[in-house]
Amino acid sequence: MKKVSLEMGSGGRLMQEFINEKLLPLFKNPYLKVLHDSALLPDSLALTTDSYTVDPIFFPGGDIGTLSVNGTVNDLVVSGARPEYLSLALIIEEGLEMEILEKILASIKRTASRNRVKIVTGDTKVVPRGQADKIYINTAGIGHLVGRPRPEKIKPGDRLLVTGPVGEHGLAIMLARNNFRMSSRVRSDCGPLLFLLPLWKKGVLWMRDITRGGLATVLSELAGKIGFPVLVEEEAIPVSRALKGAIEILGIDPLYLACEGRALIVVKESEAKRVLNILKKQAPSRQAAIIGEVQDRIGRKGEALLRTSSGGLRLLEPLTSELLPRIC
Amino acid sequence: MTPRKPSKEPFSDWRSGSTVKGILEAIRRETRGLDRPLRIMEVCGTHTMTLYRSGLKPLLREAGVVMISGPGCPVCITPDYYHEAIIDLVTSNNNILIATFGDLTRVPTARGSLQTTVPSAGSEIRIVYSPEEALELAQKNPGKEVIFFGAGFETTIPAIAFTVKRAASENLKNFSLLAALWLIPPALKAILQSGQVAIDGFIYPGHVSVIIGQQAYRFVAEEFRTPGAIAGFEPADVLLGILSVVRQIKQGRPEVANEYRRVVQVEGNPVALALMAEMLEPYHADWRGLGHIKNSGLRLKPCWQALDAVRKFDLALQPGKSLQSSCRCGEVLKGLLEPVDCPLFGRVCNPDHPLGPCMVSYEGACLIEYKYSSGAKKK
Repeated sequence: MKKVSLEMGSGGRLMQEFINEKLLPLFKNPYLKVLHDSALLPDSLALTTDSYTVDPIFFPGGDIGTLSVNGTVNDLVVSGARPEYLSLALIIEEGLEMEILEKILASIKRTASRNRVKIVTGDTKVVPRGQADKIYINTAGIGHLVGRPRPEKIKPGDRLLVTGPVGEHGLAIMLARNNFRMSSRVRSDCGPLLFLLPLWKKGVLWMRDITRGGLATVLSELAGKIGFPVLVEEEAIPVSRALKGAIEILGIDPLYLACEGRALIVVKESEAKRVLNILKKQAPSRQAAIIGEVQDRIGRKGEALLRTSSGGLRLLEPLTSELLPRIC
Repeated sequence: MTPRKPSKEPFSDWRSGSTVKGILEAIRRETRGLDRPLRIMEVCGTHTMTLYRSGLKPLLREAGVVMISGPGCPVCITPDYYHEAIIDLVTSNNNILIATFGDLTRVPTARGSLQTTVPSAGSEIRIVYSPEEALELAQKNPGKEVIFFGAGFETTIPAIAFTVKRAASENLKNFSLLAALWLIPPALKAILQSGQVAIDGFIYPGHVSVIIGQQAYRFVAEEFRTPGAIAGFEPADVLLGILSVVRQIKQGRPEVANEYRRVVQVEGNPVALALMAEMLEPYHADWRGLGHIKNSGLRLKPCWQALDAVRKFDLALQPGKSLQSSCRCGEVLKGLLEPVDCPLFGRVCNPDHPLGPCMVSYEGACLIEYKYSSGAKKK
């Protein structure tokens, strides 16, 4: 008997298969088919939803409350929409301390006002002890389009940018669970990407927030979508020093670690420097960098390639087996 | 002369493009004029990983060196019947807790994998990151029999032996070890004796060598006149090892070079070796692909039998039928076949649906090829 595996929810290939083979044929419609981070609806509306099951619920740099607002806001931003209204559904395990719940709600309030979104509807369910783990949150978000992703316009020479150091959320969660018994100064990058909205008018062709599966999975997705290979330079990808130290010990590839406040952006070649300068002037993206470009000479159609610091070329496959469930 | 300021990043010097380029150029100079490419086996899966992750393999080919992956992945060479014995045990007994490393749970066998197995009531299979964690599980679950299924080479064996010793000294009655412990030098001997693979030289595993030392490979140079070098795991480390082997080949002077001197001593780690000798004894073991090899496995000595899962649960470690007759992991492990030349590779065997252990393990040659090689056949 076939059973659901953790990998099916990992954001990797098995999840893609599940969506393509089970969900799409069943709910067939033109809005779903696009499979962007949000559905683009009539009247320039964008709608998205996401569930949050992170374990532990408090981690360095954030908590399940900040995550549940930022994650949904970010999905709208990278779809070209200004987030406006959010729904909030709580599934709570019986016995959760009220103080913890209040702390999470305060986080949600703070993050929502920071993102200038209103929470306008919601739902509360409590399930018997053991039938959920502390608290799960679902949010849906709606907003109006201020720009539109145009992956079909991407051509060789266009530049790839990341908005900051990669992998910090994934590692922060991993260490917070303490399975490895080591500590580090790495904090989650959980944060809003609202500051990217104006860039839609400045030559940006495509954005994607880097979540599960990390930068490598997003790059591989992009390459599959546009029909050209993409090539990034290992040396150019920003990775914080604290993260570097920890991943050396654990033997983890930072390109597969999740972020919760970073995006990959594809910009027209002629506008790349200007967009980079705008990013570098803002606090959350001060360490933004141009990491590579869309290719027509190196690599094959659909491949994401990395030029390693040693000068060799390496393929970047999407994440296949789950590094760690429940990171968001 | 002022000493050079140490680099800020821990390994950047060992990875930098300019260092790598320099060593590659030195290798190219040595191979110039040879009538065929040199064939060097990297024994250790972690070296395979370095070569692919840094993209060095094609660059080495251009420089006249073909790298062949060896049997150095413990998950890959552990025969199926270990997994099957565990599956039998957890499906027919209650309150058994199997603690093991993540890769081992995904190896497919005729009876499924540990991951797909549904254990009996109260039994479970738990992933741990160290043998010590398995010991703690035994302390925390006195009502369960905790069995640590540990596969490893000399690198991990001392830690496993130490854990068993601790369990004995703490008089833990509910802990035992299923040992899939393998020794590298006998496997090298078997590969050389079989004569099936043309090998001009070896890159010896760096961390195995930390334990067993430089002298353990002397027979390769002396008996088989085959060059070799111990190497570390950064790109420049591996290339320095290769350069040394290429030079030995050219000069016709095989030896055991040590290019990982920052951690490997001539005599290895005497404390670890003494602990292994105290707890374990060699036996003639089966390796997937390589077959029965004299004195190539380690098991607990009879005096520790209370902690030996094979004796405690009367496990039948018998060769059974193999799962996929067309899976050619065995030949990949011997260096006879490149992963891409296996008819299953990328088509029906991939990381989501692995048909053999080499596509499961992070040190497996097939998974590494699939993940890191541009243009590798897919789907």
